[in-house]
Amino acid sequence: MSGIPHDHYEPKTRIEKWLESRLPVISLLYDTLMIPTPRNLNWMWIWGIVLVFALVLQIATGVVLVMHYTPHVDMAFASIEHIMRDVNAGHMIRYFHANGASLFFLAVYLHIFRGLYYGSYKAPREVTWIIGMLIYLVMMGTAFMGYVLPWGQMSFHGTAVITGLFGAIPLIGESIQAWLLGAGAVGQPALNRFFSLHYLLPFILLGLVIVHVWAFHTTGNNNPAGVEVRRGSKEEAQKDTLPFWPYFVIKDLFALAVILVVFMAIVGFMPNYLGHPDNYVMANPLATPSHIVPEWYFLPFYAILRAFTADVWAVQFVHWITFGIVDAKFFGVLAMFGAIVVMALAPWLDTSSVRSGRFRPMFRWWFALLAIDFVVLMWVGAQTTTFPYDWIALIAATYWFVFFLVILPLLGVIEKPEAPPATIEEDFNAQHGLSAK
Amino acid sequence: MTQMFRKFALSTLAALALSTGGAMAAGEAEITDYAFSFEGPFGSYDTLQLQRGLKVYTDVCAACHGLSFVAYRTLSDEGGPMLPEDQMRAYAAQFEVETPDGDFVPATPADHFGPSGMETAPDLSLMAKARAGFHGPYGTGLAQLFYGMGGPEYIASLMTGYADEPDCAPDGIDGLYYNTAFASGAYAESCLDPAGNHTVPGSWIAMPQPLYGDDVDYDDGHVNDLQAEAQDVAAFLMWAAEPHLDARKHAGLVGVIFLLILTVLLYLTNKRLWAPHKHRE
Amino acid sequence: MSHAEDPQGDRRDFLYYATGGAAAVVTGAAVWPLIDQMNASSDVRALASIRVDVSMVDPGTQLTVLWQGKPVFIRARTEAEIEAARDTPLSDLIDTDARNDNLAAAADASDAHRALSEDGVWLVQMGVCTHLGCVPLGESGDFGGWYCPCHGSHYDTAGRIRKGPAPQNLHIPVAAFVDDTTIELG
Repeated sequence: MSGIPHDHYEPKTRIEKWLESRLPVISLLYDTLMIPTPRNLNWMWIWGIVLVFALVLQIATGVVLVMHYTPHVDMAFASIEHIMRDVNAGHMIRYFHANGASLFFLAVYLHIFRGLYYGSYKAPREVTWIIGMLIYLVMMGTAFMGYVLPWGQMSFHGTAVITGLFGAIPLIGESIQAWLLGAGAVGQPALNRFFSLHYLLPFILLGLVIVHVWAFHTTGNNNPAGVEVRRGSKEEAQKDTLPFWPYFVIKDLFALAVILVVFMAIVGFMPNYLGHPDNYVMANPLATPSHIVPEWYFLPFYAILRAFTADVWAVQFVHWITFGIVDAKFFGVLAMFGAIVVMALAPWLDTSSVRSGRFRPMFRWWFALLAIDFVVLMWVGAQTTTFPYDWIALIAATYWFVFFLVILPLLGVIEKPEAPPATIEEDFNAQHGLSAK
Repeated sequence: MTQMFRKFALSTLAALALSTGGAMAAGEAEITDYAFSFEGPFGSYDTLQLQRGLKVYTDVCAACHGLSFVAYRTLSDEGGPMLPEDQMRAYAAQFEVETPDGDFVPATPADHFGPSGMETAPDLSLMAKARAGFHGPYGTGLAQLFYGMGGPEYIASLMTGYADEPDCAPDGIDGLYYNTAFASGAYAESCLDPAGNHTVPGSWIAMPQPLYGDDVDYDDGHVNDLQAEAQDVAAFLMWAAEPHLDARKHAGLVGVIFLLILTVLLYLTNKRLWAPHKHRE
Repeated sequence: MSHAEDPQGDRRDFLYYATGGAAAVVTGAAVWPLIDQMNASSDVRALASIRVDVSMVDPGTQLTVLWQGKPVFIRARTEAEIEAARDTPLSDLIDTDARNDNLAAAADASDAHRALSEDGVWLVQMGVCTHLGCVPLGESGDFGGWYCPCHGSHYDTAGRIRKGPAPQNLHIPVAAFVDDTTIELG
């Protein structure tokens, strides 16, 4: 599958040969599991396995929760309480599912930022990156719809706000919003269809993940040095790589175990910390909570959405140049989705010939600023829109776009990168104080 | 990369730690961080406290507030008030439920507590999880990390937070009652400063003071002043909201221990596996 | 896998087995709740047992209650019904097993093993025909008891099958008087 020369699976027993000639699934699994992996991967490469675990966790707990949940406005909230109180271990399964979403997003953000820092998005891994962005979008849709299901105050009013965004689209927005909700407002039709889609999307996610793995198995993994595995011969490749099983499976499982200790502690001892108390109040369409806040993983985008108000000069300019079609509300929506689009375009915006941020001294600082910016956006997304939070949000949101649209392209031109090591073997040996063989 | 990250993380933590000491602005709700037996990773409910709290709820709160997600049978469950079965049956039989035919019959253990008798009185089944007693500082969520969400603390503070009308509003607000722990009620204009900020903590709540101390006599002779009653009913309501808390924390502890053992074993396995490749000299 | 010689092979193997074992235990502990959640939840288990007030059931009448999703016939029998049941020799019965969950499996189908009370007045049985599960009609059929309209099974005044395709007597669930006027089912 990958272009790296390696031993292939040879069916030995009669049963293996029988199966292989009919469906080469054993060799497929073997090649996938034994794929030569760069030796020098560091601990920022473990998030993939955490993500796979999180997906399996969410699907397993989710399928089980659906056995007890009722997607009707009059019964949804009560069915969740039934799960929490009556179903055997229901409270644990529910808390695992709710906090599992947080684990999923924590891992995905670290996974993405790893990709940004080490240039994993650069050629030839653009397709892996784009599929990753699609996975992220599907994750966000799934999480958004899942949060509606308990039918609490935040479920209801948060949905009202976000589906209201579609109404901001000029000309066709109101029709799209009505189509989405199946009614004039959030209610039974929305609950039912979000339930259906929330069950469906994770399996689409599973398919995308398989394609994602296929893609980076085809190109081979990136690594912290950003230099490619030598493919001249099997011997050369073996100097740069180790088979995924057992070296990286065990390493990944160890990292996963560490993370699970923390995750178990959160689920066991503080399962409501990342949630919002208002969602323990049944949805009341007539009473809006004083402070509508999405779940933490949406906060950066919520901040970007709200940052571009009508008094911002860029908004006014766009409003004028589009003959009034693009107003502040729509601008915010475009900015929110645009933030992901510019990230998706990183392979083509980054002009540097050096892949890994480790050897890009200027890039490192701007990247650190981006990471800080992301955290700032997350924090400000939970605040009110008064001074000084409005200014902080605007500056932070602007930097996000400046990083991708201005800094990344410029850096490739003006930066003087350091010399990466010649080979992965060299990098690995240097890291572990080994002399060359 | 890891070096930079480490430095950044440490400096952020330092900054946040230093700023946490800030006092709350005047005019916000005053929540006391009461100590409850069920706080922390090793916390669990105090059975007798839950029984006392049940009595406070039954004799005082149930007049207006429902508890409709709680089934009478759970009063006998492990990790709760643990009433003996006959006592639980007798308790349930005090109340009536409507049959599908329209008759009213005594409640059985399988039935739930009734809904609120008063439309404006919220059901209390989830109140301890529906309110956060602690916030910030400055939106960082650190207070809740260290002190907990503060739901029961909020309830107990609300019970003890009724105070005399403040000097800035000696006549208060008609039909409402001044409470220093209640943040989301009406506010007397005379207590606003020129910038519109609150000058006294809390606000005016629609519920009249329900507890004064000495409102119920506890069967075990436990002290029944306002502080005790407030904390007892708050603990009971926490159980009503989270009846499986004891089991959850126990599972958490067992899970963390199992996983720590697995982590250590995987660490050693990983080290053993990689050794030939890392120490070839 | 490393091909290096390993004189400490046993120690290495023990570590690997220990890790694999620990992983299996953790996985099992994680999977079990996902399976156990399908077992009856506590609200369903609470209704495994119900108490029925029979103070309004006059002799010659029947109270039908729904229990665990199935009908239960609670009948206060008349003298005539009791006598008819007691006078039937066991050899006349199609099914000589009492089918009574309150008794040992081998009990015969005499009326004493069918009635709930010693005086024979109270008869408590599942209102589910043992043929294919229809609900038999009371006070009908050739034997003065119950008749199932689906395929023509006749039960006598003790609920025993006498004619028709049903193979067994109407089942008697776990039942007992907890006070003079209350029967607890289950």
